[in-house]
Amino acid sequence: MEAAQALREDTFPKLLARNARVRGDRPAIRHKDLGIWQTWTWAEVYANVRALAAGYRALGLERGDTIAIVGANRPKLYWSMMAAQMLGAIPVPVYADAVADEMAYVLEHAQVKLAAVQDQEQVDKILSITDRLHYLKYIVYDWGRGLRDYDHTQLKAMGELIEQGRKALQDNSVSAALDASMAEGKGSDTSVILYTSGTTGRSKGVMLSAERCINAATDSVKFDRLNDHDEVLAYLPLAWVGDHYMNYAQGLVAGYCMSCPESPDTVQQDLREIGPTFYFAPPRVFESLLTRVMIRMEDAGALKRKMFHYFIGIAKEYGEKILNGESVPLSGRLLYGLGNIIVYAPLKNVLGFSRMRVGYTAGEAIGPELFSFYRSLGLNLKQLYGQTEAFLYVTVQPDGQIRADTVGPLAPNVEVKISPEGEVLFKSPGMFLGYFRDDERTTETLTPDGFIKTGDAGFFEPQSGHLKIIDRAKDVGKLANGDLFPPKYVENKLKFYPNIKEAVAFGDTRDAVTCFINIDITAVGNWAERNNVVYASYQELANHPLVYDMIATHVNQVNRSLAQEPMMAGAQIKRFLILHKELDADDGELTRTQKVRRGFIAERYAPLIDALYNGSQEADISTEVTFEDGRKGTISARVKIRDCDIVPASARSKAA
Amino acid sequence: MNVSVQSNPHTLAKGDTLLAVENVSLAFGGVKAITDVSFDIKKGEIRAIIGPNGAGKTSMLNVINGFYHPQQGRITFKGETRQKMRPYVAASQGIARTFQNVALFKGMSTLDNIMAGRTLKMKTGLFWQLWRHGPAMREEVEHRHVVEEIIDFLEIQAIRKTPVGKLPYGLQKRVELGRALAMEPDLLLLDEPMAGMNLEEKEDMSRFIIDVNTQYGTTIALIEHDMGVVMDLSDRVVVLEYGRKIADGTPAAVKSDQKVIDAYLGVPH
Repeated sequence: MEAAQALREDTFPKLLARNARVRGDRPAIRHKDLGIWQTWTWAEVYANVRALAAGYRALGLERGDTIAIVGANRPKLYWSMMAAQMLGAIPVPVYADAVADEMAYVLEHAQVKLAAVQDQEQVDKILSITDRLHYLKYIVYDWGRGLRDYDHTQLKAMGELIEQGRKALQDNSVSAALDASMAEGKGSDTSVILYTSGTTGRSKGVMLSAERCINAATDSVKFDRLNDHDEVLAYLPLAWVGDHYMNYAQGLVAGYCMSCPESPDTVQQDLREIGPTFYFAPPRVFESLLTRVMIRMEDAGALKRKMFHYFIGIAKEYGEKILNGESVPLSGRLLYGLGNIIVYAPLKNVLGFSRMRVGYTAGEAIGPELFSFYRSLGLNLKQLYGQTEAFLYVTVQPDGQIRADTVGPLAPNVEVKISPEGEVLFKSPGMFLGYFRDDERTTETLTPDGFIKTGDAGFFEPQSGHLKIIDRAKDVGKLANGDLFPPKYVENKLKFYPNIKEAVAFGDTRDAVTCFINIDITAVGNWAERNNVVYASYQELANHPLVYDMIATHVNQVNRSLAQEPMMAGAQIKRFLILHKELDADDGELTRTQKVRRGFIAERYAPLIDALYNGSQEADISTEVTFEDGRKGTISARVKIRDCDIVPASARSKAA
Repeated sequence: MNVSVQSNPHTLAKGDTLLAVENVSLAFGGVKAITDVSFDIKKGEIRAIIGPNGAGKTSMLNVINGFYHPQQGRITFKGETRQKMRPYVAASQGIARTFQNVALFKGMSTLDNIMAGRTLKMKTGLFWQLWRHGPAMREEVEHRHVVEEIIDFLEIQAIRKTPVGKLPYGLQKRVELGRALAMEPDLLLLDEPMAGMNLEEKEDMSRFIIDVNTQYGTTIALIEHDMGVVMDLSDRVVVLEYGRKIADGTPAAVKSDQKVIDAYLGVPH
């Protein structure tokens, strides 16, 4: 019977109605207001959404119209999405921090008739661009502070709209019309348009259909065994596919409760109070959390600090194995159990992770150390790879197959193939209908046989079937002999060693891969102290033969690991050198976000690159540097070049 | 105290005179801080008091809220004329203020500091307060609700439990405004609310001042040195120099007044 019903509920409003019927008194949404968590049950949400839909209908919102949703995660904004979908209109969530100009583009391109916004800030922003918005009729706001004296002919309060709608619904004809409009909704209708943040050019409106969204969400709910007793904290931007997926779609499918933070600044406190069971964050959030914990531990008393480091050591040794269900000696289990009582459990409580059953991270490569730190505490943190065009999931790691260096095997019902150029192409249950009013780019993105191009280069690891994402497809080069050369992939492998701070790989159109390396002065300095290596400056340490030996072993390890991957075997590092100075944003070698500027470095250190390729064992370099106080000077040095072991393809099995 | 006879502020309509200062003079020994100053503040307006350093602006605020007692002159607040009044009485009659140098309880949380602004509104006796039970608890819940609305209004939820001593200056100023608002005043005196703030903090604070004025209809008198802020925010401006009033009127009128220009830029002798 469940299955038969699931077939019938092919739109989100129908799912809402089902939830109100099946689990009407279970919590659906929470919001911390005036310091107290307010809860609405599914039945209450359904009633409010119906009232709001009646309100929007009275303002003239109809099937096929678009409505912009602008603001932070607040219940009434989510209800606005549901209400719009109930009327057959299409919500278009917009990034709340978009500047007026970006917002003008999206609102006009999406032809929005209504804008449901959070507060005065957003109202002001939209009012400043109304002359460019030809379709906009009304602005509806959630929070009225400061808006009392505004002209209210085109401005409406959402709360009042709900009240008016509630009154209107007492009339049976209005109520029936609303039900009819909901029933008229089909799964193949566009359910939402998500604008992708345009790093290159204008943003594109990704149209997603209701049934595809629901199919994708149903698959992942089953995959992670989510149910109506799960809890999430909805803190991701409304306009981002992650929020629409994890909170909105999965929430309606599984019937679980989403909590809206009090304000964007209180997310950390709210996380702790709610204790979500399902959690998503990009790697940098996990990184900053860890840094904060470590800094606070350094300030703690000596006893506490010692205890913390001891048990974190225990966790490192046994934690992940216990989580993966591998065999662990009894003493290890006992120590881990003790550590859980005195360190891990309180720590997880402070971070708000006490009840976390499933956690995901995605978006960029996560360092294996960082990843295993959280996993060793017993947190089931996993990786996924996805795209707005896929309605998120393309690949995902199932429990028990968790690794830091892959994004996992295919998600349920997803088809992936790798193009001859190495680009990842996919078909997924949630895949988009096309870009809104942009057929040209829709055709560009689709292959003739209906696959979507991701723009990412990747490959499947043969043994495990996991997908590995290498780099953006346009950054991937080829060696002179045709072998693949993915610079970032090689560099990331190197950078995961604490001794290596930065690496820059060269090889596009050349006959072999070579590499510049920056040592990490803290880690290598520490190593030098333990190994009685005496040095006076960064330059001297970087040039030390023992340091070269140590880095060479790392590079050889990377080569061995590259050799195990048939596609990457050609990208092994033939020669490397350690730079005499740290790459620095002040010198233009890094971007302000600490990404290497490959082209600039290649130009600046051209003599060193020549030396890497002409077989010489040393090279002289002199570069201008900018000191912290802005003065300029030159550093010249003689840099040694080291040859590395290339693991031949035939030795692959031995190395493995 | 004469709280019971206080006239209901709602009987005053917007634009009626809320406070009138008539011929007030204040001297400390031989130093004349204020000489024969008269002006009024109308209900619902934002009134700025400006002037060069040492013009007597802060003294004027201190006279209004009863901290200083003028030797001459009368002050009429909500239709009641007085010459002497203690700050406690002024506060209970509906005058709240913030200070030039933040005067918060540094060791207490934001919440407790704002709650302190509700002290005069507490009605339960010491007995129940000591036990924090029964009527005292019910009353505290009501007051907490008001305080939470102010926290929401000023967008300081994230620092609710943080000791104010740990907060940056701009936020402390905001908490102080919150404490003054907790008194639900009829007249709010702000002594340099934007001193030492950066541009963004000033914009935020201006927004809050305007919103307090429009949302709660609170009458505001403020001292401020940033002329841009004064001209944008205020309905009327009174200008003091050496304790005397030299101009009074709309921002535009005051800005073009020759005496004001001379006072700020100096005159050739």
